Amino acid sequence: MCETTVAAMAGKPVLYYWDARGRMECIRWLLAAAGVEFEEKFIETPADMEKLIKDGRLMFQQVPMVEIDGMTLVQTRAILNYIATKYNLYGKDAKERALIDMYTEGILDLSEMMLQVVISLPEQREAKISLVKEKTKNRYLPAYEKVLKSHGQDYLVGNRLTKVDIHLLELLLYVEELDSSLLAPFPLLKALKSRISSLPNVKKFLQPGSQRKPPPDMKRIEEARKAFKF
Amino acid sequence: MEAKPKLYYFQGRGRMESIRWLLAAAGVEFEEEFLETREQYEKLLKDGRLLFDQVPLVEIDGMPLTQSRAILSYLAAKYNLYGKDLKERLRIDMYTDGTLDLMIMIAQAAFKPPKEKEESYALIVKRAKTRYFPVFEKILKDHGEDFLVGNRFSWADIQLLEAILMVEELSAPILSDFPLLQAFKARISNIPTIQKFLQPGSQRKPPPDGHYVEVVRNVLKF
Repeated sequence: MCETTVAAMAGKPVLYYWDARGRMECIRWLLAAAGVEFEEKFIETPADMEKLIKDGRLMFQQVPMVEIDGMTLVQTRAILNYIATKYNLYGKDAKERALIDMYTEGILDLSEMMLQVVISLPEQREAKISLVKEKTKNRYLPAYEKVLKSHGQDYLVGNRLTKVDIHLLELLLYVEELDSSLLAPFPLLKALKSRISSLPNVKKFLQPGSQRKPPPDMKRIEEARKAFKF
Repeated sequence: MEAKPKLYYFQGRGRMESIRWLLAAAGVEFEEEFLETREQYEKLLKDGRLLFDQVPLVEIDGMPLTQSRAILSYLAAKYNLYGKDLKERLRIDMYTDGTLDLMIMIAQAAFKPPKEKEESYALIVKRAKTRYFPVFEKILKDHGEDFLVGNRFSWADIQLLEAILMVEELSAPILSDFPLLQAFKARISNIPTIQKFLQPGSQRKPPPDGHYVEVVRNVLKF
């Protein structure tokens, strides 16, 4: 059984990752939206990572890892689903969950493409950025706009806040960082963005000083690339 | 009488195979429509049933579901293969995310040029041997039970068997260091629905070949 830290025993989830967005950011968002305070332990050197692996705390030798409720969890989706269920952000039944999962997967796919832009070699970056913009514009944003249009409700699924509204807001903010004109043709998405941003827990997370991580710093990425060899 | 689920995909494994395994293991009969031409794909797009213009598509319970993980989770819950509570569900999610990562690597390798394909296969075998299979061997060792989670058959067991068989196709002796996985493989293979699926003539698909890759490239235009 993996050791559990003092913080985790005290009740707060503890997040293990680099001091960066990467694959942990969606988890930070969901916890914040649920009003759950959490602590973070940042991986700074390869030795930090090696220790976590050697101590047997990373099931598949990968982060994100989250200590929560006496357990050591890995795999982004498993972690998100657990948190969403615990804090009632996963719909009311199996059919709503299926829609939430389907919509979430699209967001994770586009997020993964954006992550690839960040970690790809400099010479590949421009081509990857073009791909992200193209998919955003032609595949993903139209799909979510269409979902909102089809039911005319304030949230993507079941007429109430679920995890996928939070994931979508996060994504829309990244789209805006990439190119704010991409959102222009999508009025319902713009409205959702405003609406979800105004929710008290989300508004708090959007303030400076929260645990939200800034856009990637390319110099730090290159330093990390050398140290962690990716 | 419930309509049979209908699967829309290429006539090959890809991102649909885990769904076929799950349905078969649950003893659920299903229909398949195989994508062979660009025209078929364009018709699916025009009908508006592909949320992100992608297959797999599964029509079930009146829903056109896409995104293989969403489909798998829905089916696992529907057919009682998702554990008895949240904590078991969580473990099943962690384990299946792991085995799915491995199987996605295998599916993607088929589309690489020969040299990169060989490198991918070598990496897959290494990951199976050092990252994934030791984990499941340890899980079985630690609780000494027949199934991965909750002492009963679940989606996690089905997917692990599927992954083991796929890696064995790349490296036959892959389980040589994992006696409990060898026993697990025999045990799960003998479950009647799975035994049936493993017979020739079932809806199980063969490993991807040049023809499969060509069809996918033509239909999706890449």
